[in-house]
Amino acid sequence: MEFFAWCMVAAGIGMGLGSFGTGIGQGLAIKSAVEGVARNPGASGKILTTMMIGLAMIESLAIYVFVVAMIILFANPFTEEVVKLLAK
Amino acid sequence: MTHPFLFLKWLTEQFHLNLGEHVTYTWLVMAILIGVAFVVSRSISLVPKGLQNLMETVVSGVANLLEETMGEEGKPFFPLIATFALFILVCNLIALIPGFMPPTANLNTNAALALMVFAMTHIVGVKKHGVAYLKHFMGPIWWLAPLIFIIEIIGHLARPLSLTLRLFGNMWGHEIVLMIFIALVPLVVPVPMMLMGVLVAFIQTFVFTLLAMIYIAGALEEAH
Repeated sequence: MEFFAWCMVAAGIGMGLGSFGTGIGQGLAIKSAVEGVARNPGASGKILTTMMIGLAMIESLAIYVFVVAMIILFANPFTEEVVKLLAK
Repeated sequence: MTHPFLFLKWLTEQFHLNLGEHVTYTWLVMAILIGVAFVVSRSISLVPKGLQNLMETVVSGVANLLEETMGEEGKPFFPLIATFALFILVCNLIALIPGFMPPTANLNTNAALALMVFAMTHIVGVKKHGVAYLKHFMGPIWWLAPLIFIIEIIGHLARPLSLTLRLFGNMWGHEIVLMIFIALVPLVVPVPMMLMGVLVAFIQTFVFTLLAMIYIAGALEEAH
């Protein structure tokens, strides 16, 4: 049973760490974009497009962590073996 | 982890068919898109009104984005890119109606779309440059080429993976969050999350089409 408890812990902490870094990264990206628009409002269209691509790239890191967390929680490949071992 | 009742899943179970719900809902989205396109194109008038107005706005919006991102070279890719945009947008927005599941919340649908972009990128590159397309993978300095080649190959293989997982993670994650909220507080509280779902649907469509355009444009430009 301890195995599943640790799975929960791993998924939770992993997601937390992943979104922590992603949050900082996206915050930096948006900070620069807002500064750019404030200095040159005419370039807002181009900046918005570039920022969106950048944000999508940064965000995919958090998405990877999310997918791994979901695999750990709902589709853990070791579940059957652990259940077999527990039954012994 | 989607809506507890999916009417197309129920329908296929009545006929004892074993189709995945993402397949049936993809067919539904296809039917919607083909139907709307058919209805609009039958009654085209010079002064647009109603549905034609909406479709013209959407199509010209995609055309403008294509023009801005890829320039004149992007014109031949308009059908592909516009199809991506419309298909993914309708797929994502369909999740907001109870009893519907977004086909994009399944890895298979997204992998199919991302592999299409991947194949298109390289087909276009080989068609345009011939054997010289290999130069794209070699980098600027010749004696670094073996190293750069491996890195570039890994980078190109990571593109469909990240395209797939980004769309899948966003749509599926939103579904799961919504379900958890509904399980905790069934009234009012999930509404802001659904509002964010509309935003996510539009942004992910935008990002997917934009990245597809950038990848294809990257294969079209000259190697340096």
